[in-house]
Amino acid sequence: MSSVEPTLIHARGLVKRFGELTAVDAVDFDVRRGEAFGFLGPNGAGKSSTMRMIGCVSPPTGGELSILGLDPVRDGTRIRARLGVVPQEDTLDNELTVRENIVIYGRYFGLSRREVRGRAERLLEFVQLAERAGDQVEQLSGGMKRRLTIARALVNDPEVLLLDEPTTGLDPQARHAVWDRLFRLKQQGVTLVLTTHYMDEAEQLCDRLVIMDRGSIAEEGSPLELIRRLSTREVVELRFEGETPPVDAARMNGLVARTEVLPDRVLLYTDDGDALVPVAHEQLHPQSVLVRRSTLEDVFLRLTGRTLVD
Amino acid sequence: MDFPLRAYGYYLASYRRVWRGSVVSSVVNPVLYLTALGVGLGTIVNRGRSPLGIPYLDFVAPGLMAAVAMQIAANECSWPVMAAVRWTRQYHAMLATPLRARDIVAGHQLWVASRVAMSTTVYLVVIAAFGAVRSPLGILAVPTAVLVGAAFSAPIAALAVRATRDSTFNALFRFAITPMFLFSGIFFPVARMPSALRVVAYLTPLWHGVNLCRNLTLGTAQLWPSLANAGYLLLWAGAGLAVALRAYRWRLVR
Repeated sequence: MSSVEPTLIHARGLVKRFGELTAVDAVDFDVRRGEAFGFLGPNGAGKSSTMRMIGCVSPPTGGELSILGLDPVRDGTRIRARLGVVPQEDTLDNELTVRENIVIYGRYFGLSRREVRGRAERLLEFVQLAERAGDQVEQLSGGMKRRLTIARALVNDPEVLLLDEPTTGLDPQARHAVWDRLFRLKQQGVTLVLTTHYMDEAEQLCDRLVIMDRGSIAEEGSPLELIRRLSTREVVELRFEGETPPVDAARMNGLVARTEVLPDRVLLYTDDGDALVPVAHEQLHPQSVLVRRSTLEDVFLRLTGRTLVD
Repeated sequence: MDFPLRAYGYYLASYRRVWRGSVVSSVVNPVLYLTALGVGLGTIVNRGRSPLGIPYLDFVAPGLMAAVAMQIAANECSWPVMAAVRWTRQYHAMLATPLRARDIVAGHQLWVASRVAMSTTVYLVVIAAFGAVRSPLGILAVPTAVLVGAAFSAPIAALAVRATRDSTFNALFRFAITPMFLFSGIFFPVARMPSALRVVAYLTPLWHGVNLCRNLTLGTAQLWPSLANAGYLLLWAGAGLAVALRAYRWRLVR
């Protein structure tokens, strides 16, 4: 169904270099109207650099990039008028009130004072900050500031919302509040483009995502599809007291497709966790055993040999 | 295009929080300075035959007014520029909207010009109240002060947007702003300085501002020297804007 939707953002061989450093190394991707598209990867993977290029504040070093059918270098102003940006680091003025922050931002888009005031009321309602409208931003919690930033990014009624690490640094409750709002926006047809190094965030929000590592795209697909294609149904996690014993997958009755030995635990990839647990107990004598479903974290580990969050 | 005015709106909104204190100090400061230096110190300087040929108050007042323009420009374009890059990150907020680097530069510079115009207008009124404005042309000291402000605000903004530490500003004030305040002919004629220092004074934009403001309030302004003073200030402002635009792009669009 989504394949017939028009492409809003189109990148081919997109490159960003800072001097010697290649932050983004020839990536290809397409974002379609109405979808939630994610860049998943660890810090330093090139996600933010890609976002800044899409946000028209960082000219590409090479390759093709078109946003809403326009060229980000030539038409930056026209493109940004139709984007909403939630940056990784807050750009709110702490000394101004919640409402003022939205009103001033709306004025940057050339909206009339009257218009932007009306929109501010509605947006603050939407992010559940209406009763804080007159408070200084300084008094808000991290989660509230993040919601305010989202409200502010919506003031120009954007076609695409860019979110760079939208819930980094928030506590679990605040994260869920942000996800809930983003989910609503998605339902309303706003195209979401987000970066994250949280696999649960990517699984929750993204229809489609690319996994980025060291400036390149390793894989692309829906979360479910990636897990099915690149991991097993279940994972058995073993923790040991003291030394991790040598693990020989071949001796586990053919139940283990793949193993990963991490500093603090061993992962056994299997399609039948319940059958594997007694075998693992008998052979390896772990201190603790946990059976869980495969996640994007496992996909990432398979692709890069490293974990997402160090 | 109204883009720079959209950025200007941000400074106006921020100023709305502090305008009362700012207005009070823009009245109180000139009264204090003119009383202490013009009247107080003046009674000693003027004793016997004044070496300047005019009351010291009339001499020092227009120079102080030009210095205020420099001071405001330096204050508004040092820490606030760094804040907009690093702390409030408001420049980044602006750049996520249709505004471009040039609108951000223009908006901030326009705001500084407004602040200078407001404060130096008050300053001129206070000088007049002290009876030290001798010519109707003295009114032109306000646009001159705005020009002085621009001659400092644009290059300082260029420096500030690139600065990574605020010790840069300590150096700026210690080695540029304060010496200029003391040795640009505000308190005594630069003709009294050794010729090497005099040349340095003539190279500073502040001396040109002081000289022009003084000639305007005293009624001793001549057309071509005055245009030369104004032209020199414009040169600093224009070159400063060009450098600032490059520096803003380098810092924000990368």
